[in-house]
Amino acid sequence: MSRRRRGEVVEGDELPGLQVRVTRADLVRYAGASGDFNPIHWNERAAQEVGLPDVIAHGMLTMALASRLVTTWAGDPGAVVNYSVRFIRPIVVPDDAKGALVEFSGKVVRRVDEGTVVVAITARCAAQSVLGQATATVALA
Amino acid sequence: MALDPSFVGRCFPVAGTYQVAREKIREFADAIGDNDEIYRDPSVARGCGYCDVIAPPTFAIILAFRGQQALVCDPELGLDYHRMVHGNQSFTHHRPIRAGDELVATLHVDGVRTMGGNDMLTVRCEITDSAGDPVTTALSMLVFRHSDAEQDR
Repeated sequence: MSRRRRGEVVEGDELPGLQVRVTRADLVRYAGASGDFNPIHWNERAAQEVGLPDVIAHGMLTMALASRLVTTWAGDPGAVVNYSVRFIRPIVVPDDAKGALVEFSGKVVRRVDEGTVVVAITARCAAQSVLGQATATVALA
Repeated sequence: MALDPSFVGRCFPVAGTYQVAREKIREFADAIGDNDEIYRDPSVARGCGYCDVIAPPTFAIILAFRGQQALVCDPELGLDYHRMVHGNQSFTHHRPIRAGDELVATLHVDGVRTMGGNDMLTVRCEITDSAGDPVTTALSMLVFRHSDAEQDR
């Protein structure tokens, strides 16, 4: 793959969507890879002790999954020069094989200059937004 | 207990240097379900103009998180890790992180405020390479919820 070229992008372009199922096994794997072993991401008792309904996904896992939408579209992960999100709602991950379905979409909302665009990302789970003000600034070839 | 505003300006260096390994990048990419070969195959990365495999955009959280652990473990600040919620996160990449990098990170406390029964800390992790050149700036807003007993008052 190579980096998306400036001539191929106009404001309003929609990125190909992405659907991801997040299971408990994914949370354990992400905990190991990232070093975030907070038990609210793998232990129901710990989650409920702090008032959560059940185990929740790492916000940073959601942010990473959303980044795939942009890096795949950009053709080069190194093209992402800024990436920002607000965590507005936790993703509750049930203890079953199906897990939680998260749906991502993105759109080119602004051209900063000839070779740089801003992509706005939405992330939804159980019919609610889980990320707010999620944007990626992408440097085009 | 509201946070002491004098915490602003404090720095928490992450101990040692972090050596970025190809296998760690692969492990992180696997964990986020990303099959892109640029994270695994140096020849693919070289085809994109990089000297080795590069890391996904949120990989730098590994370093930022270590800085946050140093902050939360400081007894003087009296923060309760179990009441911490991640409010927002941003990464500015001055260049992509790549295998072979030796990274140095320092967490800076940029802001402290109390709102709606929560303490909010804005922290900035500055990540540089071994030459001191900037690689990534990671900004996090960390929310510490007050205990129920305190909120009931």
